[in-house]
Amino acid sequence: MQLALLRERIPYQAGTLAACLLITSAALVFSNQLTAPAIERAARADLQSSLTQVLPEGMVDNDMLRDARQILTENGASVTVYRGSKAGQYAAAVFESSAIGYAGEIRVLIGVDAGGTVMGVRVLKHAETPGLGDKIEIAKAGWIRGFEHKSLQNLAPERWAVKKDGGIFDQFAGATITPHAVVKAVKLGLDFYAAHANEIAGE
Amino acid sequence: MNRPDIRKLFRDGLWDQNVVTTQLLALCPTMAVTTSGTNGLGMGLATTAVLTVTNILLSAIRHLVPDQVRIPIFIVVIATVVTLVDMSLNAWLHELHKVLGLFIALIVVNCAILGRAEAFASKNGVVASAFDGLAMGLGFTLSLTVMGLMRELIGSGTLFAQASLLLGPAFSFLEITVIPQYGGVLMMILPPGGFLVLGFLLVAKRKLDARLARRNAPSQTENACCTV
Repeated sequence: MQLALLRERIPYQAGTLAACLLITSAALVFSNQLTAPAIERAARADLQSSLTQVLPEGMVDNDMLRDARQILTENGASVTVYRGSKAGQYAAAVFESSAIGYAGEIRVLIGVDAGGTVMGVRVLKHAETPGLGDKIEIAKAGWIRGFEHKSLQNLAPERWAVKKDGGIFDQFAGATITPHAVVKAVKLGLDFYAAHANEIAGE
Repeated sequence: MNRPDIRKLFRDGLWDQNVVTTQLLALCPTMAVTTSGTNGLGMGLATTAVLTVTNILLSAIRHLVPDQVRIPIFIVVIATVVTLVDMSLNAWLHELHKVLGLFIALIVVNCAILGRAEAFASKNGVVASAFDGLAMGLGFTLSLTVMGLMRELIGSGTLFAQASLLLGPAFSFLEITVIPQYGGVLMMILPPGGFLVLGFLLVAKRKLDARLARRNAPSQTENACCTV
């Protein structure tokens, strides 16, 4: 058979591989163009729903996704801050912070009012031990609500720690590194907000 | 082309040549996701879909593909199908993607898919390959779900927790808390639990196979290797 002979030739083999790559790449490009707008929309909806989770209902009335600012930190990183306002008056800010936990980075989303008091915190991403460290998720336990209404003003810096280290936040049986890291991430976030409050609040 | 023996394909996929418990393939995703019955089921179903599609595609082009470059072509086709599934789920079934997203990326490294392409789809017709993919995938789903349920039961005292997130609210009846107020055996959720459960599953299957072989002894010589 002709094809059997052809298959033994190097140019045919190279050609087959190239054709295969071409077709699959084209398929990927095509489907990327087809799905990109829908994926973008879904990601925005996700972000919107996490933004509303860290601020009490009715606190802001604007579309926070459209009012984002990039703030440069001291070490050169850029943090996206979503600004919330009520009746045109700046009222709240939402931003991400992170710290290294027991198994890699823990990323949290923090919502604060204009004065820098925590309105809500949610863990966005973590890889902590299931059953021990994952109590930081709102779905598993209410622990993360312990940050609400705390600020750098009403809680001295040395009290921003787990109880074992002289702070006020509970640790979990068998897991101290995880809550320690979350407390640290929130504290870092508040420090960041305090340092850049004017930049974030200003017109 | 002979008509494929569909009964034998399903028998192989679900039991005789089960991906996990006989071929011992795909152990990476097996260990990683079987922390609960729901996770096992989700990974299994996603893999079944991908495996069926890749088997059909690769079987359709099997006469064109030269032996020397078949492995890269298989891999490219498999990776493309997985990416396409990932993108479409993310775009149009976003809630499902949030639950399954992690598993879909893991399917690329599932050697069972390449294994079926190499062992079956590259040598058999499209229809037979489609059924082979479906059967092997369902066998994989079965093993993963059983492993997930065992680890979940001992590890957290529940069965099919959060199944309604994966299958829709209609399936919330599957979610059972077997032992309320259970402290949990963390080790079963962590990787060692996966190895232990797999070990016990293998022993149980071999014992069962050996017993079956003894019962219809003369006909089933192929199971001789499994007698203890």
